[in-house]
Amino acid sequence: MATVVDSTGSEERARAVARRRRGRRDTRAALLFISPWIVGFLVFTAWPVLNSAYLSLTDYDVINDPNFVGLDNYRRLFEDEKIALALGNTFFYAAIQVPLYIVVSLGLAMLLNQAGRAAGFFRTAFYLPNMTPPVAVGVLLLLVFNGQNGLINEVLGFFGIDGPNWTTDQSWIKPAIILTSLWSVGSSVIILLAALRNVPQELYDAARVDGANGWQRTVRITIPMISGALFFVFIVNSIAAFQTFTEAYTAFFGSGNTTYSNDAALFYVIYLFQQAFEFLNMGYASAMAWVLFVIILIITLIQLKVSKRFVYLEGEQR
Amino acid sequence: MSTPSLDLDRVRDTPVVPVTGGPVGTPGAGSPGPARNGDRRPTRWTAGRIAIVAALVALTVVFVYPFIWLVSASFKPRGEVFDNKLIPETFTFQNYLDVWADAPMLLWLGNTLLVTVLAAVSVTLSSALVAWGFAYFRFKGRDALFGLVLATMMLPGAVTMVPVFLIWNSLGMVNTLTPLWAGNLFGSAFYIFLLRQFFMGLPRETFEAAKIDGANNWTMFTRIALPLTKPAMIVTLIFEFQAAWTDLMRPLIYLRDSDKFTIPRGLKALLDQFGFGGEWHWEIVITASVITTIPMIVLFFLGQRHFVQGIATTGAKG
Repeated sequence: MATVVDSTGSEERARAVARRRRGRRDTRAALLFISPWIVGFLVFTAWPVLNSAYLSLTDYDVINDPNFVGLDNYRRLFEDEKIALALGNTFFYAAIQVPLYIVVSLGLAMLLNQAGRAAGFFRTAFYLPNMTPPVAVGVLLLLVFNGQNGLINEVLGFFGIDGPNWTTDQSWIKPAIILTSLWSVGSSVIILLAALRNVPQELYDAARVDGANGWQRTVRITIPMISGALFFVFIVNSIAAFQTFTEAYTAFFGSGNTTYSNDAALFYVIYLFQQAFEFLNMGYASAMAWVLFVIILIITLIQLKVSKRFVYLEGEQR
Repeated sequence: MSTPSLDLDRVRDTPVVPVTGGPVGTPGAGSPGPARNGDRRPTRWTAGRIAIVAALVALTVVFVYPFIWLVSASFKPRGEVFDNKLIPETFTFQNYLDVWADAPMLLWLGNTLLVTVLAAVSVTLSSALVAWGFAYFRFKGRDALFGLVLATMMLPGAVTMVPVFLIWNSLGMVNTLTPLWAGNLFGSAFYIFLLRQFFMGLPRETFEAAKIDGANNWTMFTRIALPLTKPAMIVTLIFEFQAAWTDLMRPLIYLRDSDKFTIPRGLKALLDQFGFGGEWHWEIVITASVITTIPMIVLFFLGQRHFVQGIATTGAKG
């Protein structure tokens, strides 16, 4: 009796030891596989984040050593008129572009969802602009929206509308940039279309039996059923909108365009880039980066909080 | 690398591993593609459907026309560039010869191709390694560590932009192509996340069986996991290929001399030289834009279904 107990006990112990050894071996192997990311994280994320926090408290032009100035950079942010301008431009852009972008991509996805077998062809057409390098999109913006002989104004003229000088008139530059950004809704269309196709057909059939019309089916079934994907598109695009850079920089900044004021196109990251790499104010640019980080963080947290109320997740989704 | 779709077909035809027929590269969502409830119904040409197709055709014109305009303009002589005619009145190849004479286009294309291939291959291999480390092994702190991977995605690039520049600067790598891709050797959070999802969709029994047959961790990864997730690897490759090809900000930060430029950086330089405030040779800028864009269009048509599937998966996982 006693020997039996003893033997099972030791067997168990042996198995536990083996399991622990296997666990340790697993850990070592896993860390080996993960090591590239760990190194990259330490060198290209953790250290830069710490260094950026430090630099934001200094005056640094790369050539001379950083000079500690405390919170001066942050104080200067409040007095810098260009910061106010850039923040205003960026919030304006995000507030208009993100909702428009969602509405347009949802509308296109819903149309595609009704298109049957032809959907594949149209999806390709809608995605093509996403393949255009943003720098080329910036060039196209200047050409297509040109006030004198651009395509847009020619089309508007056809309808008897006298189009504005989109690329030089301060009040029309941002609308032109926003409209241009809608050209690349393709990736969001694909995400939303995939979500639409996963909505069970039975729900629509049942609603139709109950006499729901098209609008009711959209609002009561479609939108709630794809709210997860909608929210994903919303958050990703909000974060991107606050960091918009390439198209506007290409079209309105750099050593070229000196003829007209480009104040209306000065987005936050463009100004940050200028401060860092054109004026070599690395400390000031770092402070700007942290302010941007806090803004994006707050907005994302608000969106996450709000989403809890609106986003429907199927019970078993992860 | 240049023909991802071919690669895939070859792989599909070869029995890669003598394992039980698990689902090949099935993403975690279950079905490899979206369930096409729209496609199953027979096409009935009702008035509603005709209206939908008509709307889609009109929208397709909106989405594709700027391209056609650009390509068409690149074959027009200087004086006719802005005539907005679909077919050039005077058809000329001169712009293509001129842009080749005015700028080192071939060198820029070569630089871009080098950066792009290195960036895509290194980020795919390293991200796959890391993703496998997170997907297969069980170890203490794994979920926390993976949470950290995801958290880095929330960090705006602007925060690390300046310190990462300082790292490359202190290594004497500014004005070389290295900073444009070498960071990719350490994996990238987004791809790690994406590939991990695919790895977790692989049946675990396959690996237990291989282990009993004496496979070690490395052979299981390279001989079983990687071949089974080839489609996901191709998605990563082409996504990063596009991202690296179209990037403007990093070339703006790191490249000084014209002979180091990538093609987007070169296009921006041409715009500054020949566009607004410059010499008004828009036909040069337009032709360079076409040359910058065409490789991306080719890439899209080579890997179309991977783009669609990759993007749809991204949304489903978000």
